[in-house]
Amino acid sequence: MKQTILDYIKNEYIDEDEADEVELDENTTLISSGIVDSFSMVSLKRFLEKKYSISIPDDQATPEAFNTVASIIQLVEKFKK
Amino acid sequence: MAYPSIVHEAYQAELNAIREKGIFKQERFIHSPQAAGISVEFPAGQAPRRVVNLCSNNYLGMSSHPEVVAAAHKGLDERGYGMSSVRFICGTQDLHRQLEQKLTEFLGTEDTILFPSCMDANGGVFEAVLNDQDVMIADRLVHASIVDGMRLCKAMQDTFKHADMKHLEQKLQEHQDKRVRLIITDGVFSMDGDLAPLDEIVALAEKYNAMVFVDDSHASGFMGKTGRGVHEHFNVVGKIDIITTTLGKALGGASGGCVSGRKEIVELCRQKARPYLFSNAVPPPITAGALKVLEIVSASTERRDRLEVNQKFWRQAVPEAGFVIKEGASPIVPIMLFNAKLSQDVARDLFQEGVYVIGFFFPVVAAGQARIRTQMSADHDIPMLKDALEAFKKVGAKYGILGLDKKGIIEKYGI
Repeated sequence: MKQTILDYIKNEYIDEDEADEVELDENTTLISSGIVDSFSMVSLKRFLEKKYSISIPDDQATPEAFNTVASIIQLVEKFKK
Repeated sequence: MAYPSIVHEAYQAELNAIREKGIFKQERFIHSPQAAGISVEFPAGQAPRRVVNLCSNNYLGMSSHPEVVAAAHKGLDERGYGMSSVRFICGTQDLHRQLEQKLTEFLGTEDTILFPSCMDANGGVFEAVLNDQDVMIADRLVHASIVDGMRLCKAMQDTFKHADMKHLEQKLQEHQDKRVRLIITDGVFSMDGDLAPLDEIVALAEKYNAMVFVDDSHASGFMGKTGRGVHEHFNVVGKIDIITTTLGKALGGASGGCVSGRKEIVELCRQKARPYLFSNAVPPPITAGALKVLEIVSASTERRDRLEVNQKFWRQAVPEAGFVIKEGASPIVPIMLFNAKLSQDVARDLFQEGVYVIGFFFPVVAAGQARIRTQMSADHDIPMLKDALEAFKKVGAKYGILGLDKKGIIEKYGI
């Protein structure tokens, strides 16, 4: 799951010419560093819902919950159960 | 009245947090009409000083143009101060109809509806013409008013990487099941000064059966060879389904905005767009002034041509002086400093040297992308810009950044 989400974030949010400059792992902050903002976050939420057949309520899709891939995995696991 | 201390203290804490982050905005008081050279009191209480203004949206120098001021006076004398009504009750004058017709002709569209501002146009248009079977696919750097407008609309939201046509194409393919695909972009991006590739966007829209929305607020009046906008620049006039723009920048600088485009879309806005339905009509002096602006810019390209000369001079001179700029083809020329504090320090020192600019940093621009945004006007002249350049060189030398590239500045000051 970790690699799938990292690959999605790379493709969806990192510009090709910046791909070498941005180091991305499960602990990289996404929202507070500006890689993902609240405006573009909706596509990530939709991707997770489709990919893992879950529904994440809007009040759970917070910037804090989406701030790292590690926290995103926790969120997905919570709703997969 | 109930203003309990718990609320009062929470507000104070929030304001303090803004101050601590260094992003507390302070207004500077201008003691003169808006122009290329202005008299500014800053900090508050200090005697006003004359400075070159490099941060206004007065691209064509229309804000204080004598003919525009005279036309606004005439509008005031003949049609009054305000309408005391929304448009559809008793707020529509012949001047509103004339201005909408003139904007339609100028922008090369089918019809136009005025709004109190372009912020309101962007706030109302999406909800009026899209529903939950549709998708809005926006460039990630669109103006905040578009983001707000999209949030008020029930259609699905999606975004594509800034000006990345491959990514946009991917999104258009993904959303082929939708009733309407609306591609949303600014014409000129206000913080970077670059242009949306409207020729490529229109080609993709045709290939994937999508509509195109462009906010041309930082372009109407001067982009393209007769100043119609970015659609003229890319030779796609008549192919943009929705254009929103403002009368608050090049086209007069006062206030007011519009939605211009397909006639059914404009009519739906007239019937349904909430900022149009529930806000006062644009006041008569402004409609009269804007009509004069359109008359001037339609009769001659002299001002947009002068702006282009200034822009070319500045885009060449600033990098030659040793600064890093964002490449582009608009009068918005961002001078990159990358570090937030450096952008504030340089802007403050430039003011002391007689140049009025503002430093922008995260969250207004991406983290590590702090900059000073300079904006050219047709009212600048080359000697004025040369003086401003000398000030930039002096301050740049003080901070040891002349000749440094991005890496060099970041090594010296960090992000």
